[in-house]
Amino acid sequence: MTGPVERGPAVLGARGVTRRFPGVLALDRVDFEVLPGEVHALVGENGAGKSTLIKLLTGVYRPDGGGLEYLGAPVRFAGPLRAQRAGIATIYQEVNLLPLLSVARNLFLGREPRRFGLIDFARMHREAREALSGYGVHVDVRRPLRELSMGARQMVALARAVGSDARVVIMDEPTSSLEPREVETLFEVIGTLRERGIGVVYVSHRLDELYRICDRVTVLRDGRVVHTGAMAELERLRLISLMLGRDVADVAGEGVTTFSGEHTEVSSEPVLEAADLAARHRLHGVSLRIRPGEVVGLGGLLGSGRTETAQAIAGALPLDSGRVSVLGVPVRRRSTAAAIAAGIGMLTEDRKHEGIVPGSSVRENIALAALPRLSRFGLVSERRVDRVVRVFMERLRIKAVGPEQKVEELSGGNQQKVLLARWLALEPRVLLLDEPTRGIDVGAKAEVQRLVDELAAEGLGVLLISSDLEELVEGADRVLVLKDGAVVGELSGGEVTERALMAVIAGEPVTAAGERAGDGAPAVRGGEEVR
Amino acid sequence: MVRAVSGVRPRVDRATLLAWTRDYGVYVGVAVIVLFNIVFTPNFLSLENFRVQAVQVAPVLIVALGMALVIATGGIDLSVGAVMALSASAIALYLGYGPVVAVLVALVAGAAAGAVNGLLVAFAGIQAIIATLALMIGGRGLALVLVPRLQGIRNEDLRALGSGSFLAVPYVVWIAAVLVAVVVFLVRRTVFGRGLVAIGGNRRAAELSGLPVRRTLLLVYVLCGVLAAVAGVLTTARLQASDPNSVGVLIELSAITAVVVGGTPLTGGRVRIAGTIAGAVLMQLLVATLIKHDLPPSWTQMAQAAVIIGAVYLARDRRRT
Repeated sequence: MTGPVERGPAVLGARGVTRRFPGVLALDRVDFEVLPGEVHALVGENGAGKSTLIKLLTGVYRPDGGGLEYLGAPVRFAGPLRAQRAGIATIYQEVNLLPLLSVARNLFLGREPRRFGLIDFARMHREAREALSGYGVHVDVRRPLRELSMGARQMVALARAVGSDARVVIMDEPTSSLEPREVETLFEVIGTLRERGIGVVYVSHRLDELYRICDRVTVLRDGRVVHTGAMAELERLRLISLMLGRDVADVAGEGVTTFSGEHTEVSSEPVLEAADLAARHRLHGVSLRIRPGEVVGLGGLLGSGRTETAQAIAGALPLDSGRVSVLGVPVRRRSTAAAIAAGIGMLTEDRKHEGIVPGSSVRENIALAALPRLSRFGLVSERRVDRVVRVFMERLRIKAVGPEQKVEELSGGNQQKVLLARWLALEPRVLLLDEPTRGIDVGAKAEVQRLVDELAAEGLGVLLISSDLEELVEGADRVLVLKDGAVVGELSGGEVTERALMAVIAGEPVTAAGERAGDGAPAVRGGEEVR
Repeated sequence: MVRAVSGVRPRVDRATLLAWTRDYGVYVGVAVIVLFNIVFTPNFLSLENFRVQAVQVAPVLIVALGMALVIATGGIDLSVGAVMALSASAIALYLGYGPVVAVLVALVAGAAAGAVNGLLVAFAGIQAIIATLALMIGGRGLALVLVPRLQGIRNEDLRALGSGSFLAVPYVVWIAAVLVAVVVFLVRRTVFGRGLVAIGGNRRAAELSGLPVRRTLLLVYVLCGVLAAVAGVLTTARLQASDPNSVGVLIELSAITAVVVGGTPLTGGRVRIAGTIAGAVLMQLLVATLIKHDLPPSWTQMAQAAVIIGAVYLARDRRRT
């Protein structure tokens, strides 16, 4: 259906694959192919279906519909090992090697050179040295793997994967934990792979990398392929708009969120001030201020440091440097308790792992963070807990059988409201909302958005992180855009448009919104689009 | 995830049944074994028999209370038997200063042992099973260094503590009852108790909510150590001898069994004190019944094993569906 076929038949392809999970259609008739000797970028935001597709291609999952083709013939891998043996190598973000075994053992695990039924160590070490020098890794291969740097480990993983006659190499965020120098080596290796006619699938959120080394790109969104084509022909802005699901042309009209728009700024003294937040690899000097009654949006792609910024402010991320102060008073200790005491509440993105206490009741979950202030001398005042729980269950319209119902039995939207209630019960001055409407139903989404408005109107400072551009544009008074852990742009007032946001995220100079929309920026071009 | 394709309805019913059995099965078990004994065991309904059973179950129950709190946080404490031995040896060593001092030293020893566990688990980040295994071995070793062999204890006050009664109820049972009340109060009414359950349910969420997670864990292990030390004091008082070699041997397993059989999941996030009491009573009656009917001790061990497997099997379904 898509994509030019220039270099002969695909080495690996998915034909109309569909994969369901309970309640979710993770992949919907997806076509994808890798040609020999190409580096094919696979991009998409959270939940787009990238990992599901990779797992299908590598035999971890089997498709519910459609099928795979490998070397020109339909295949069905019984498991990841079969796919590996057939020549599909995968390198994950987190290197899955054995840290205590030697480098050489790791490299040859499962296919050690043997003599008289025993491992021929001399040969294994010699071959390991030779193999690794091709990847720029010069180490004593007899030492345990864990003594190597992350980058070197990644190279060992790569050498191991490619060494076994791979025809396809799938790399999932390979550079996320690498130093710049190591990234260069990786790119050189990818160049060699390309020359050897190996197909490479490259998953990354770093646009610069994609444009540097990828030949083609496939964009996934909500389980569907929305674009396939040559990397160089796809403008950055366009790529962003495809990933985020916002068309460049049709961003002008009124949205469908329930935000009211501008918020009155009561005073100009910032309620929250964060300066030079820095954490190795993740944040590089992020500063921001929020005034009372102001909703500040935090935009950027996945992995740009939005969540980390919120965590840093909330005392949940160890920092190398940086200061946070609330109403001019610095938060001295870097701990969640200190941040909470200062009046900072953080609604986490990962509701299940960082939010709810699943086996506990709605009541316990709401009261959790406020327990110290709902008690005296360590004794919980049930009367005060009841009151708080009643107030917030009513105000947020939490649908539950009663306060004693287990929170794990509620819908996602109601769980989210319970967590919001948990933070509101603290009567915070600043609320950090990380993807507050992700994964919840439309009704709950509208309620949450309206609530954010109300809270701002009451004088709360709000930091709103969202991948939903519309939500940012309509919910925030001001938007900071992050990239690679640093602020790369700020839009405020009338500048906050989806177009301008996408331009900043793409790294293009900000131009007036109308100007560029006029020069075409075609939303649907030829046969590229798959709707 | 994949299995739930066919027969959705019966599965739900089965799950409900399993959940019910997990939560209330222990009471049914106690009822069944009591009925069996009423019918088949002579003199079961005598007051004297009740006293014996209650006195025998008390130390296990006291240890199980602490264990329930530890397990609710998602941890485990294997060192309780060793802590009982330490407490017994402390009694023998310090009885010269009078029974009050001796008992206090024993309790402090229990708190110190618990603090070591707590520090290892909460601050050094060592897995509870390993940290407390170390103290399980080392603690008993230390107790044997302090008091190498059984040492008789002659003290009127301690004898009274072990064998005396108040209002026809043995002191030992009174103490167990008071401790139950204290633990129930802690769990239900205090920030500490609410917090420990939340830590077991979702540690990350508890941390992000600003709860003093490490301090709470430390305190839980200290409490467990103190409770084990109380059990050690009571056992020593009843035996009228300090015997670090055999006091509290395998009690960690009885206590864990009582907690799990009582419906507290090993994964933490929940605590059932009433269930724990019933669990301790169930195991006690099981053993007593088999002994009364002249079955060899090896049989009682196997019967205990069967109950444990049953309880863990029921708890198993918790995180699924």
